[in-house]
Amino acid sequence: MILALVCVPLVAGLIAFGWRSDAGRRMLLVLSALVHLGLTAACWIELPAPMWEGWLKLDSLGLLFLSITSVLFLASSIYCLGYLGKEHGVSHIDFEEHLFFSNEPEAVFTGCLLLFLASMTLVTVSQHFGLLWVGIEATTLASAPLIYFHRQHRSLEATWKYLLICSVGIALALLGNILLAVAATGTGTTSSSLVLSELLIVKMGHVSWLKASFLFFLVGYGTKMGLAPMHTWLPDAHSESPSLVSALLSGALLNCAFLGILRAHQVCAAAGEAPFSQGLLLFFGLLSMGVAAIFIIAQADYKRMLAYSSVEHMGILAIGVGLGGAGALGAALHAVNHSFTKAMLFLVAGNVLATFGTKSICDVRGVLKVIPWSGVLWLAGFLAITGTPPFGPFLSEFTILKAALDNDRGWVAGIYLLFLAIIFVGMANSVLVMTQGPVTGTVRPDPRREGWWSILPPLGLSVVVLTLGLYIPPRLGRLLEETQQILSPTVAAQPPKVAQQVRPLR
Amino acid sequence: MDLATIVPPLLALVLSPLLVGIIFRTKAIFAGRNGPPLAQIYYDLRKLMAKGAVYSDVTTWIFRAGPIVSLASLILAAFVVPFATCAAPFHFQGDLVWFAYLLAVSRFISVLAALDTGSAFEGMGASRDVLFSALSEPAMLLGLAAVARQANGATEAELNLSLTGIHQAIAAAEWGGSWLVFVLVAVALFVVFLAENARIPIDDPDTHLELTMIHEVMSLDHGGPDLGLIVYASALRLWVFGAVIVDVVLPISTGYVLLDVLWSVAALFLLAVIVGVIESVMARLRMLRVPQLLVGATTLSGVALVLEYGGRLWISPSN
Amino acid sequence: MDFAVELILVFVLLTDMTLLGTGRLATSIWLSAVQGMALGVLPLLVAEHEITLRLVVFAAVVFTLKGIVFPRLLSRAARMADVKHEVEPIVGYSASILIGLVIVILSAWVGAAFPLPIAHLPVSPVLLPTALATILSGLFLIVSRRTALTQVVGYLVLENGIYILGAALAQEEPFLVEMGVLLDVFVAVFVMGIAIFHISREFDHIDVDQLTSLKD
Repeated sequence: MILALVCVPLVAGLIAFGWRSDAGRRMLLVLSALVHLGLTAACWIELPAPMWEGWLKLDSLGLLFLSITSVLFLASSIYCLGYLGKEHGVSHIDFEEHLFFSNEPEAVFTGCLLLFLASMTLVTVSQHFGLLWVGIEATTLASAPLIYFHRQHRSLEATWKYLLICSVGIALALLGNILLAVAATGTGTTSSSLVLSELLIVKMGHVSWLKASFLFFLVGYGTKMGLAPMHTWLPDAHSESPSLVSALLSGALLNCAFLGILRAHQVCAAAGEAPFSQGLLLFFGLLSMGVAAIFIIAQADYKRMLAYSSVEHMGILAIGVGLGGAGALGAALHAVNHSFTKAMLFLVAGNVLATFGTKSICDVRGVLKVIPWSGVLWLAGFLAITGTPPFGPFLSEFTILKAALDNDRGWVAGIYLLFLAIIFVGMANSVLVMTQGPVTGTVRPDPRREGWWSILPPLGLSVVVLTLGLYIPPRLGRLLEETQQILSPTVAAQPPKVAQQVRPLR
Repeated sequence: MDLATIVPPLLALVLSPLLVGIIFRTKAIFAGRNGPPLAQIYYDLRKLMAKGAVYSDVTTWIFRAGPIVSLASLILAAFVVPFATCAAPFHFQGDLVWFAYLLAVSRFISVLAALDTGSAFEGMGASRDVLFSALSEPAMLLGLAAVARQANGATEAELNLSLTGIHQAIAAAEWGGSWLVFVLVAVALFVVFLAENARIPIDDPDTHLELTMIHEVMSLDHGGPDLGLIVYASALRLWVFGAVIVDVVLPISTGYVLLDVLWSVAALFLLAVIVGVIESVMARLRMLRVPQLLVGATTLSGVALVLEYGGRLWISPSN
Repeated sequence: MDFAVELILVFVLLTDMTLLGTGRLATSIWLSAVQGMALGVLPLLVAEHEITLRLVVFAAVVFTLKGIVFPRLLSRAARMADVKHEVEPIVGYSASILIGLVIVILSAWVGAAFPLPIAHLPVSPVLLPTALATILSGLFLIVSRRTALTQVVGYLVLENGIYILGAALAQEEPFLVEMGVLLDVFVAVFVMGIAIFHISREFDHIDVDQLTSLKD
């Protein structure tokens, strides 16, 4: 079953490279997404058995991230149907510099999309650190051609930065792997295993090496995740790639990189070094939020703004796990909320870009008037991502805030709120200006670029986000609690159910 | 005073012009010629000493003092360098620094004498010469420091920082597992040797174009006995520095002074042959590349010193 | 055995220093190839148990990949991009070599401060400093050089440094993971080569310092 999860997109991707017919390939893409989602749903009903002596195993944390990835991939693939249809053609004219460019062959794009899904699935199911590393490096390599879909110099620059920075980061994470292996050689034994379950119970012989290895994991996988100051590739890659790729990168890939850090955190916590790893996570989380706040304020490009918002939310995730306890629960819920919201925002941004032909915030006006559906979704998405009730992210960010205050970390809560406020003001400035007002004369929008394929996925995602803000299904609540137990195992008593936490707020 | 201590300076003073002759002969053989006789420099010296000198009106006493002081400092250096397990006549703690600075003094005074003429070519060559010697100094000192550390072993108690002490310690012990350090230091010291003596690939001693001269420019204006002193001094410098390299790289101690002396002299002659071979097969490096070469030599010495610094813990002896 | 291991490690250290000081792309590629070949032999020498067939196969694969395949890929990329020489780097060559010396000193200090906990493994004390120095040299190459190709060479040197540590310390790594790592690095270099080709076609040069159109 687990193998099927990985192999279905893998095989489909390899087929897509060779398939000539465009329509057939797009159907293959959507079909694989549906099959993958079906398999993931089956995992919800009953967790599949571990394979390969525990190397591949789906625990609650992995299942959570896998589900996010699967749903987002389905949404992106539906969007992709229409997108590839519209992008078909030999040459295109660049919006900003009016240069001619061509697109990557569709076969490469579709094939790499499916391989991307396969590698992300591998990351979520693997319990062996080495295999996890292989999966994350594979995601980098599979997603690089995706960023370079529009073959022009800006996206090439973004691709090169992405490739080099992420490869270096992941190489540092490999160093973390080796240090972990050294640290895990208990007294007397020479062999060490990198399987998570064994690492959790082994007695760490050399704690300083464990700390060093966590640091390398944090910096290495943090580069891929987008924590400041290693986030420098993120705005470029997310703004230059096609919108559905940005949605996948922001919504699914950053989570998978976070998974690597979380596994290392699990090992640290089991060895009793939780305060060390949590302190580092808090530091990087706050730093990311701060950097994102600074760069969102005077942003001129709305896709870059969304990219910096991703940096911010990755920071929030790190803060949540760094606080522990209920904060970990908030972080797990926030991962879901943020992924869906950000993906929706990126897809809608794609609509805006296609209609208005410019990425500049100053030039876009009156989105509500020109493309009403996308305009409403754009406004709703902005409200959601900045943590406005009744959307989902409000609940998760509030849970993290409450955890900070409960744990006597008032200063963390203060800084957290400050940055959230700054980001709200910065984004409001841009988004409200874009959505309202009359259409200016500088650009001629073309509303025909919108279609059912471009509205349906973001609409679906926004409905999910709205629902999550009002009601958490008990099955999901149980999964979130199990995830919290994994991330913060020192909590003795059962935490109150998430649904009950909603009551006092109203 | 041990009678054997007279051997190193005596050999230096008497046999050093032979080294230059060997270099010339090697180059000639490579070029397919017969070349001058090995004792050519002796004949040159005799000829030059018999000549008269012409001094320019613009020069001062510095110009006349240059060759004399330069030779004097090199003779002093010859009295400090041990050879073939014979101790040097004068040795004291830290005499390797004294040695380095004697070489520097001789170079300094020759540069001053060249600048004294007020000519542009001398100025150009002087600035390059001083740059190269400044860059080669750290390489030499770091390399000698590494060798000193190695010779003294892991004991910090009594560091023997004299060339004689180092030489005798190395000759007595086996290289053992620390051959890596010695190889690195030998290569670095060899590069410094080439730089100090203005050999290819740093400088071309045969060039007659003033624009490409670096060290030759120092002797451009001297004639007669002064030139003789300069030629002898450069031969002495070759011997003295080469003796340091041979002391460090190929020491041998058979117990018989004569055998040791023969071995070391043969090694020094081999060094001269190697220099001749390098001169024949390589061209001079671009001026831009020479500092990089010297910095590379510094790095080699530095790496050797770092490898050495942990004491014998790092490189295990082979026994 | 010890002596051979130390020889290889010091050799790798020297190639690092030379890489920092050279400006010719062909020399850089060749030096990284030589480094890779030396490292391919390393696992056979540090094996704490007897040499199994798996180890030999692994060493052969590493030798071929790092010593032959990667240099070929990079030379091909260089040829297609039509570059021979490095553009003037951000940190000059002499300064780079001196920084290399500082890196060696730093690595030696760290190596002395963090002794390897595995006392029974036949690892030389020069191992950790050499690995660290190689990693830092690779990072320095990536940061201070402006040609995209030299950045890829720096990435390979970085991976070599990590590999030194892995070969000596994590000897229980299963075959699959080792192969996976190698495969990943191979595909990474392959993709980077293609990217360099595209860069050279798009921009007419491979000076990444001039890729500055995306900024805030």
